Amino acid sequence: MSKTVLKVENLTASYRKNYVLEDVNFEIAQGSLTGIVGPNGAGKSTLIKTLLRLHPPITGTVDFYGLPFKDAQRVIGYVPQRGSVDWDFPTNALDVVVMGLYGKIGWLKRPSKAHKRLAYEALQKMGMETYANRQISQLSGGQQQRVFLARALVQDADFYFMDEPLAGVDAATEKAIMAILKELKSYGKTVMVVHHDLQTVEDYFDHVLFLNRTVVKHGKTLQVFTKENITKTYGGNLRIHFAEEESHVVHPL
Amino acid sequence: MSYTGWIILTASLVGLSCSLIGVFLILRKMAMMADAISHTVLLGIVVAFLVTRELSGPHMLIGAVIAGLITALLVQWLYQLEIEQHASIGIVFTTLFALGVILISTSVGNAHLDVQHALMGEITFIPWETITLPLIGNVPEATALLAIVLIIILISIIAFYKEWKLTSFDPALAASLGIPVVLMHYLFMSLVSITTVASFDAVGAIMVVAMLITPAASAYLWTDKLSVMLVLSGIFGVISAVTGYIIAARIDTSISASMAFATGIIFLISFISSPKHGLVSKYTRPSISSLR
Repeated sequence: MSKTVLKVENLTASYRKNYVLEDVNFEIAQGSLTGIVGPNGAGKSTLIKTLLRLHPPITGTVDFYGLPFKDAQRVIGYVPQRGSVDWDFPTNALDVVVMGLYGKIGWLKRPSKAHKRLAYEALQKMGMETYANRQISQLSGGQQQRVFLARALVQDADFYFMDEPLAGVDAATEKAIMAILKELKSYGKTVMVVHHDLQTVEDYFDHVLFLNRTVVKHGKTLQVFTKENITKTYGGNLRIHFAEEESHVVHPL
Repeated sequence: MSYTGWIILTASLVGLSCSLIGVFLILRKMAMMADAISHTVLLGIVVAFLVTRELSGPHMLIGAVIAGLITALLVQWLYQLEIEQHASIGIVFTTLFALGVILISTSVGNAHLDVQHALMGEITFIPWETITLPLIGNVPEATALLAIVLIIILISIIAFYKEWKLTSFDPALAASLGIPVVLMHYLFMSLVSITTVASFDAVGAIMVVAMLITPAASAYLWTDKLSVMLVLSGIFGVISAVTGYIIAARIDTSISASMAFATGIIFLISFISSPKHGLVSKYTRPSISSLR
């Protein structure tokens, strides 16, 4: 049995007076690759933000490696939703990746050549090195997401949280990102990913966390990814949802 | 230095300080906040005057910082109570500004503080109010204050350059890396406040918004690099200040209005002819989407 690296108990959070998360409890084992799935408004992003203290919890405790978040912050990496930043910001791809190192560089210091080399290597890993000096607004959606992944890699964290890294990316990027996630897992790193595509859950994740305001079901994909749990999480809209997913498959960009 | 020299120097200092701070206002999408703070610092100045009974630099700076922070806090508070962000800003700053105006006309009412002056500024009076500094000698007080503020701004931007960049671009990542995003936000609001209050005497509350926003918005059109944007914005700010003075001297009109007008001209030129985002290049260059 591998060791527990994240323990969430009785977590509750609200957004503008509405409860978004209620009594959330789960434990994550080291080296697992977990997909967080649930309908729109189920609180998937809020869950990640609350775990990372980007959103205030109302009740509950969150333990990383047996420590409170502040003491574990150093080893936690976060990939926000691509749409959460302004891609017209005056900066280039390499610079965005270097940002992942700002915590390590520390106050009053400039990024050194060594930092830039690390960033460049991370871009190489994502197949993006030729775009290093490209202004970020001139990258496609998939390329932007790869830059975000490179930025996470350069952080060299032990536990990664990713918010919809596969949303709206091309097939090649999706493949590249999944290869990186599997690689991270092979190093014993733990990854939690907000995911929107039920069709690929079984291929991509070894654990699934069904979320709809609270944890509907959480466990090994093989055991818990059943029609019954999907219906329980998504309610009566399952059929419609699947129809939507199929349309994604029929019309790839 | 000559009378004209002092005025041009003062105007340039306003242009430079405002346009540097303005870059981050634009990138943080807080242009409206600048408008708000430029008005609420009036309340800060009035209250500082009521407490200390003098209109000196340090008191005004402290009053302005407090007023600026109160503005930012109130806006945040209203926003949390489910009032839309821009509405919150509109409610807070007009109320605090009105309070300042009422206090001026009821409790302060003297030659040094009046609403007209606060709104429009009067740069032509600046060379007369001098203080004596060691080594440098007689210097207009407003100019000395602006120089100090500019130094504070430069030190803050250079020292925390990467933190400003990250908290502007991706505050969520910044927070997850342990950078105190909220503290940086209020520090920034304080910088906006002291810049505004130092520029008050020269250009007033309304025109200071032009100096804060327009040079930076123009610079944004010319470059894809933050450091270049800062330099360009600074240059545009100084050019606007100087040309504004020249225009005003030629046609004998308000200096602050001419300076604000000059920023508008620079923006218009940038908007039409910038190689990256300008109107002309949109028609002469294949668009990015067609290249993909």
